[in-house]
Amino acid sequence: MTGEGRALRLAVLLLVMGGLVLPIAAGFGGTALAAFGHLPAIGSEGLSLEPWRQLFALPGLWTSLRLTLVTGIGSTLLALALAAGFLGATHGRLGAGARARLLAPFLAVPHAALAIGLAFLIAPSGWIARALSPWATGWDRPPDLATVNDTAGLALMLALLIKEVPFFLLVMGSALAQLPLRQTEAQGRALGYGRGVVWMKLILPQLYPLIRLPVFVTLAYALSVVDMAIILGPSNPPTLAVAITRWFSAPETRLILPASAAALLQAGIVAAAILIWLLAEALIRRIGHWWIWRGGRGVSSEPGLRLAGVAVLALMALGALAVLSLLVWSFAFRWSFPAALPESWSLRGWQGQGWRRALETTLILGLVSTLLSLTLAVAWLEGEDRGRRSRAGWAQGLIYLPLLLPQVGFLYGLNVLFLQFGLGGGLFAVIWAQMLFVFPYVMLALSDPWRALDPRALRAAAALGASPGRQFRTVKLPMLAGPLMTAAAIGFAVSVAQYLPTLFMGAGRVATLTTEAVTLSSGSDRRVVGVYALLQAALPFLAYGAAIILPALIWHDRRGMTGGGPA
Amino acid sequence: MSLDLIGVTVRPKGGAVLFPPLTLRIAAGEVTTVMGPSGVGKSTLLDAIGGHLAHGWALQGEIRLNGRDLRPLPPEARRIGVLFQDAMLFPHLSVGANLAFGLAPGIRGEARRAAVEHALAQAGLEGFANRDPATLSGGQRARAALMRAILARPQALLLDEPFSRLDAGLRGEIRAFTFDHLRAAGIPALLVTHDAGDAQAAGGALVSL
Repeated sequence: MTGEGRALRLAVLLLVMGGLVLPIAAGFGGTALAAFGHLPAIGSEGLSLEPWRQLFALPGLWTSLRLTLVTGIGSTLLALALAAGFLGATHGRLGAGARARLLAPFLAVPHAALAIGLAFLIAPSGWIARALSPWATGWDRPPDLATVNDTAGLALMLALLIKEVPFFLLVMGSALAQLPLRQTEAQGRALGYGRGVVWMKLILPQLYPLIRLPVFVTLAYALSVVDMAIILGPSNPPTLAVAITRWFSAPETRLILPASAAALLQAGIVAAAILIWLLAEALIRRIGHWWIWRGGRGVSSEPGLRLAGVAVLALMALGALAVLSLLVWSFAFRWSFPAALPESWSLRGWQGQGWRRALETTLILGLVSTLLSLTLAVAWLEGEDRGRRSRAGWAQGLIYLPLLLPQVGFLYGLNVLFLQFGLGGGLFAVIWAQMLFVFPYVMLALSDPWRALDPRALRAAAALGASPGRQFRTVKLPMLAGPLMTAAAIGFAVSVAQYLPTLFMGAGRVATLTTEAVTLSSGSDRRVVGVYALLQAALPFLAYGAAIILPALIWHDRRGMTGGGPA
Repeated sequence: MSLDLIGVTVRPKGGAVLFPPLTLRIAAGEVTTVMGPSGVGKSTLLDAIGGHLAHGWALQGEIRLNGRDLRPLPPEARRIGVLFQDAMLFPHLSVGANLAFGLAPGIRGEARRAAVEHALAQAGLEGFANRDPATLSGGQRARAALMRAILARPQALLLDEPFSRLDAGLRGEIRAFTFDHLRAAGIPALLVTHDAGDAQAAGGALVSL
């Protein structure tokens, strides 16, 4: 082991501990103290249970709790089932490359933009109602239906599904590549089992353990989502995370202590949901073993898989139409109700100056947080390489930590802390908070391709006398240009999509496309909202596009670098 | 029981056939061996018979099992078992559940458990029902895989170099175990191998591709 490698690893560890773990822990600590009445910033000192009494006296709390659990667990469960069914119906027919190209736009589109587009689509005065009116529905004015912000949270669940199903398809698809799929299927079918039954009895049970962590990340996210729930979820009472955000942002300070208690409760709910999920897993494992032991061959599951496949395609169509509706609305001028398309077009939505400033801020935040995260991730991976060690379990856990914790649980406490040190309320604090979520995704995106780099190339370079530093600069970085740019695009997309970190850490003074779009989404002119949401959706698309095109341009004369393989 | 191949060969769609058309009959309890250099299409031939041909491959000729034309049938309806180089015990199931996986669903309750125990005993694996297949030795895995295939009551069995991963000492033993069981059960079998010793032990016809 070289001294250089050790110094690098130590530096990375200190940065991650000081920059990532410590703020989260301190944020939770601050929130927890406030939850028990200690928040000197608003003149409240000493510990008490009063905030909890206030919280449980707040109207609508129990409805909020129920909504949170139903939409969070329900959407995750349904998304998992649909993704599993779709993959069962299409694996072997749809290649990995085609699947990745199909999924990329859905992974790239930010939650808020998708939610706004979906609202434009399914609202009573939305595109679907317009396309079907009056010839099929008889409506000549928007019907009085709660298709958005419905009290059951169905619109919210639909939007979550459109984002979660593609994510599950991505992680399941790459996990599937690790299983001996062809042989398992041949063996199962030779023993008399139909294609669908083989998928459920043999392949899914082997696949699920490989995607458990992403499932928990999704579950935690769906239980804590704020931006989508503001745009599409029930409004009175809303889901718990939205209620907490409102209480924290209320002009009077009296709700801050009960909000802190609720933030702690939110963290407890995520923990409880994961626990319930684990118990359900154990139960399903038992039932599954009994079901497999009985040896039923059946072909009855095939229609179910095909139905899931059709449902997934329908979700994707909705998602695509949602983004398209942003485009149409942002250029619409006159568009009276049952008309399927605007009667006249204009650039009026684009005339304001607000979106330019928001775009600028979004770009700065995205570029800086991505660049810093990418640098830290590369330093981490290079440190692992030089130490010739694989990643310890606790280190992997550290990376996932910010993704498993509800943002609302620690961001307010973190903001209070930053304000105490005079760091709060500016771009600096927002970049820091965004990096808590950008870094993990960059790290996860980069780790596998980094490890998959052919070690013989590095050994060859070392044998030619290249120092570790020169190997890194002249072999590793160029060979990993593609994955580096993909990781950067993912990081940039994550930054663009951040709502709560920008809102809380920016203390309302940092306006990005996301915060503006969410704020405007309730009741503003659709043309203006459309502009913000469209720009928000466009940035990640451009980043992903660049990640595909740039490596192809740089390596256009190197077939081994563009996936063509040696001639 | 017999497995008949009549003028069978395979080709990639739009490409040339891999080997000259093959005609042979395998009677009950017989093991016919196919040998040939790597890449000649031995495994693809087995895929074609079992119904596992990958997308983009086409079968030529006729395959009959006990007189029944197999071509229109999906693999699960052909009643043809396969044994691979890897035993392919399913890692998420216990050894016993792996064997039960082959057993017909009509055998229930205590009879099912007894059938699995009996098969385990035949394979010298008494008391292994609850074991994790990953803890088995190569020979134990191979025997368990054979018992699983036989419990499904196949009308023919395809053997895709099932002994090649076993070391020399074990190979003879597993070979004898496999062929004895096939003969006793009267199952026609087609063996693909690189090893002339396998062909000799099989004792049936030898075809070179």
